[in-house]
Amino acid sequence: MEIGSGHYLTLAAVLFTIGIFGIFLNRKNVIVILMSIELMLLAVNINLVTFSVFNSDLVGQIFAMMVLTVAAAEAAIGLAIIVVYFRNRGSIAVEDVNMMRG
Amino acid sequence: MSESFVTYAPMLPEFIIILGAIVLLMYGVFGSETQTEAVNVGWLSIIVLITATVALLWAVDGSQSLFLGAFKNDSFARFMKILAIAGSICALMLAFDDFSDHGIMKFEYPVLVMFATAGMMVMISAGDLIALYIGLELQSLALYVMAAYRRDSVRSSEAGLKYFVLGALSSGILLYGASLLYGFAGSTDFQVIANAAKGTDASVNLWLIFGLVFLMVGISFKISAVPFHMWTPDVYEGSATPVTAFFATAPKVAAIALLVRVSMSAFPGIAPQWQQIITFIAIASMLFGAFAAIGQTNIKRLMAYSSISNVGFALVGLAANTAEGVQGVLIYMSIYVVMTLGVFASIVCMRRDGQSLEDIHELSGLAKNNLPLAFGLMILMFSLAGIPPLVGFFAKYHVLLAAVQAELYGLAIFGVLASVIGAYYYLRIIKIMFFDDSRDPFQPVRFNPGVIILTSALLMLVGVTILGPFVDAALIAARTLTL
Repeated sequence: MEIGSGHYLTLAAVLFTIGIFGIFLNRKNVIVILMSIELMLLAVNINLVTFSVFNSDLVGQIFAMMVLTVAAAEAAIGLAIIVVYFRNRGSIAVEDVNMMRG
Repeated sequence: MSESFVTYAPMLPEFIIILGAIVLLMYGVFGSETQTEAVNVGWLSIIVLITATVALLWAVDGSQSLFLGAFKNDSFARFMKILAIAGSICALMLAFDDFSDHGIMKFEYPVLVMFATAGMMVMISAGDLIALYIGLELQSLALYVMAAYRRDSVRSSEAGLKYFVLGALSSGILLYGASLLYGFAGSTDFQVIANAAKGTDASVNLWLIFGLVFLMVGISFKISAVPFHMWTPDVYEGSATPVTAFFATAPKVAAIALLVRVSMSAFPGIAPQWQQIITFIAIASMLFGAFAAIGQTNIKRLMAYSSISNVGFALVGLAANTAEGVQGVLIYMSIYVVMTLGVFASIVCMRRDGQSLEDIHELSGLAKNNLPLAFGLMILMFSLAGIPPLVGFFAKYHVLLAAVQAELYGLAIFGVLASVIGAYYYLRIIKIMFFDDSRDPFQPVRFNPGVIILTSALLMLVGVTILGPFVDAALIAARTLTL
């Protein structure tokens, strides 16, 4: 079987959906949310690289590099916020993030 | 050498802010760790921001595009950038006294504000999906940290956590949309996407329509439009008041500018498709913001719902998809920023025995203790409610007029309804201040918030007289996008 762009795009769409569901269905731990966010961004990267290769246009790969860099910075800041939160609350369980309504 | 300087002149304001931020960061790191030192960094950063504004006004005129169209400098960008910088400066001024009281005035705060402002300016000027994403993230990453800035408070760190999770989710969704659009058009440039979209039946092409929807959802999160508003009240309540003042002004301006530019320059060919989305979001935001604010007793939560409602009104102008509509958005956002800064400056003044207060009933009988503050807040509330001849009325007038001219009568009717419902909770605050029993007086109003309240209340009162040239400037700015 020839593996075409459709296969890669489906993989990316599945990963992206898993990422979104990971954020909303997860009831345990904020770290899992962080992992889900990374999953979403990597799914986007697969999309970008696929389009880049199949359209023979390099911009998509440059975009993917940018996304990787930003994702690293985002993870660093996210972990820092989680550390600050843990110091104040003593827990990072999702059901404990409820000091304010909503 | 000199030639390349001239080439990059349209980016001069961004260069000034980023260089200034780096230099001040070094100055803060190697200087002494005192509160006065931090306040010095704060004033220096305000000077840098003002210098950037001067550069913005005097460096270049007309429209230019840099980096193969990724960075656009036109009068729309200059208008919105001045607004964003003004919001940043005022929000920064509010922070000095408040943070010093809580012992958290650190040099990092002004530096973060500067980085966020630089990100906003890139967003406003973005002419390319990559520039859009990088600007948005530069702004957002700084904002996540600022939300959790009061790091010994559970509420502030919870606000930071919530803002981070939902902000990162929205960035991911936006990015997925951007990748689909790139796949559709084979380029990240807005112009190329517009040309590709023009000849396509949007209801058939899934990549285009999904890309558009995901992109709009991502930006709606950033402007806290219904149904993507759920983070707003919590983040506004949990963050320190000066940080909330910043969140409510500059990033909103930048995100609205981004939404307008993307809609107008990347999707002019499929306007009916995005007009549907924007119309729905506008009606939902206006009505939800107005209804949900009624039951609030925390003034920062109330202002959060008020800002949701205000964003809905700004989107009414965009839904019209005309030069007059964009002009309405520009006018609305400018007046909104001035009013919101005034209200948050008043909230900063709600202090008794060194404690910051947030319950609206703490305002009761304010007129008997501190008439100038009560009077200033009254003018701002009347203006937010949209009562003529205050300037807030003209903000609503211009967006609703644009909607009527575009024959979106339903949208205009919902706008007027939401405005009437919204008037209730603004007027309730005035009633509490003037007719309820007085409580112990607040601490005296300090210089920085005092100046901001005075300026914004005065602008609301006598702004009608200078509105003419301002409206013309907004129209010129709007025309650069719609031509």
